[in-house]
Amino acid sequence: MGKVVPITGNYAVAYAAKMARVQVVAAYPITPQTSIVEKLAEFIESGELDAVMIRVESEHSALAATFGAALAGARAFTATSSHGLLYMHEWVHWTSRARVPVVMAIVTRTIGTPWNIWPDHSDFMDQRDTGWILGFGMDNQEVFDLTVQAFKISEDPRVYLPVMIGLEGFILGHTTMPVELPDQKELDDWLGPRRQGYVIDGREPLAIGNLAWPEDTEEMFMDIQKAMEEAKQVIKEVDESYGKLTGRKYGGLIQCVGCSNAKYIAIAMGAWAGDLIEAVQKLREEGYPVGVARIRFVRPFPIEDLWKIINGVKGVIVLDRAISFGAWGQIYTDLVAGLAQYTRNLPVISNIVAGIGGVNVTHTDFYKLVKNFVDIVEKGEQPPVFTWYHKR
Amino acid sequence: MAQTRPKPPLPYRMRDIVLPGDAACPGCPIPMAWKVLAAVFRDKMILVIPACCSSVVVGAYPGNSIKASVVHVAFASAAAVASGIAEALKKRGVNDVQVIAWAGDGGTADIGMASLSGAAERNHDMIYIMYDNEAYMNTGIQRSSSTPFGAWTTTTPIIGKTEHKKDVARIMIAHGVPYVATASIAYPHDFYAKLQKARRIRGFKFIHLHAPCPTGWRFDPKYTVEIAKLAVETGLWILYEYYDGKIHLSGPSRPYMDPAKRKPVEEYLKLQGRFKKMTPEKIEEIKKYAEMYWDWIKRHM
Repeated sequence: MGKVVPITGNYAVAYAAKMARVQVVAAYPITPQTSIVEKLAEFIESGELDAVMIRVESEHSALAATFGAALAGARAFTATSSHGLLYMHEWVHWTSRARVPVVMAIVTRTIGTPWNIWPDHSDFMDQRDTGWILGFGMDNQEVFDLTVQAFKISEDPRVYLPVMIGLEGFILGHTTMPVELPDQKELDDWLGPRRQGYVIDGREPLAIGNLAWPEDTEEMFMDIQKAMEEAKQVIKEVDESYGKLTGRKYGGLIQCVGCSNAKYIAIAMGAWAGDLIEAVQKLREEGYPVGVARIRFVRPFPIEDLWKIINGVKGVIVLDRAISFGAWGQIYTDLVAGLAQYTRNLPVISNIVAGIGGVNVTHTDFYKLVKNFVDIVEKGEQPPVFTWYHKR
Repeated sequence: MAQTRPKPPLPYRMRDIVLPGDAACPGCPIPMAWKVLAAVFRDKMILVIPACCSSVVVGAYPGNSIKASVVHVAFASAAAVASGIAEALKKRGVNDVQVIAWAGDGGTADIGMASLSGAAERNHDMIYIMYDNEAYMNTGIQRSSSTPFGAWTTTTPIIGKTEHKKDVARIMIAHGVPYVATASIAYPHDFYAKLQKARRIRGFKFIHLHAPCPTGWRFDPKYTVEIAKLAVETGLWILYEYYDGKIHLSGPSRPYMDPAKRKPVEEYLKLQGRFKKMTPEKIEEIKKYAEMYWDWIKRHM
């Protein structure tokens, strides 16, 4: 049995990195990620965490140094947000291509210009094509659990891909909630020592990243795609075994609330999924047969799990907190593209983009949105495919 | 005359570490320098190489012309990745391997400057070697901040470069790192001695290696060493070490403290097509700049 502490989402990340016994942390401060770095620096300087802190001069170097440390055999960790993540984007790709297990927390924040430190998912969703496994928490406990699990997933020989864990800045990052920390010894046994595909430490001559011909390069890409497929199983196994350890099991790549007898499914990711669940519970009390599928992993995309619950329903409403300009919200896009392989008769699917730039969307908004959607479909009408829910 | 005494061969065994069949241009200075590295570190080195000619010189997967560890990294990141490797090795108790960031002038003086400065300031235990061929040679001879005044490149095609070379060694000295040196591929013994010294010092070591490029500088590949030597003999490239707060002039450059002993700058310039359009005024400017460089050296000895 663990110990319950009141901590912010950012501290939950720092505690998770500490309890995973990271050996090297290389990071650069950015709002709203900063308190992760500060807490880890405190852990390291106080001797609570036996690790090296590299206080780099930029995010580009933060991930480059994290990569270097991981390559040389250390369990390595970094965290960033928004512009920091964009600045290191070159290294985000490089790290997954090199198949080096690394964990990075993304305390999400919108993207400028204009300057704005409030959260949405723009920075996080921008990473979908990078070859990283992308997980996202709903509350501080899940953020802690996911971060610890990320090391286990990343270092699984079937995967060997880096993992990003997302949490919204301020909403989770700076909000204190009770978080149960597992027993260190039990966690050590569960997580095990660092594993990686290869180590560059000079013991034997080894080269990584040489020029490669087109076919070789393509095969390396194909391997990443294969590892992503494998990761679906690994994520579920890790969720199971962590559940046995802590009593907390989330359901793998998605979490379903009231899906089994639902005729309508609402889909969302992140902290606001909590508000959505609240709204849907109220709607169910009023007789609306709605369930929530909460996205926990965007990559690999959980299309099989989503199809299982969507198959046979009348309508799906997808809430995206980011937009691919000129198209739609990204979860909606991935969902519709993925469902095409199962059926030509898709249920009614609507996409709502909202909460951009930190605009506050609450359970009363979700209540209205979902109720309105169900009412339209029940009347036999077609709701708009895309709505920007803007409150001014 | 110390200069004429024959030097013993470096303890480098052909084909042990730097293998034949690399992808370098004829007359390329890069494998020459690697042989000196191999003589010092054998296979106990990890070379961190950003985008540069060397990324190509080692050859294509699954081949590799260096029998030591090589990590190819994104352009701006040699020093940052080397920082991570150095710290991880220290944490893991691996202490018989030398981490070497091996980067060109573009990857050092331009795009890599911030990560270099960061790693130097943090004083990570590594040797950073900037092999300076004075332009972006891998992309086809574009101007870098390390290109000398007056030189033709494909991005200074008509007028030539209008600014002087950025002095990266001096920037590194300003960082207060424990060891900074300049070297030249024409003086392998001097380079060897500097590497031997650097490996015994803990912390950040920087070596600025002058490396003439036949392809980019437009000279016959047989003159690579000759031109590197002339750069020193004309006083345009000065070999020194900086430690304990002072410049220590290296043997090969010592005679040229005296301007009268230096060869005319024109001898260096005339062998290279990149200086074909130099006017007498521009040559004067180069001489003036060299004199300032020497003054600075003398003031800090």
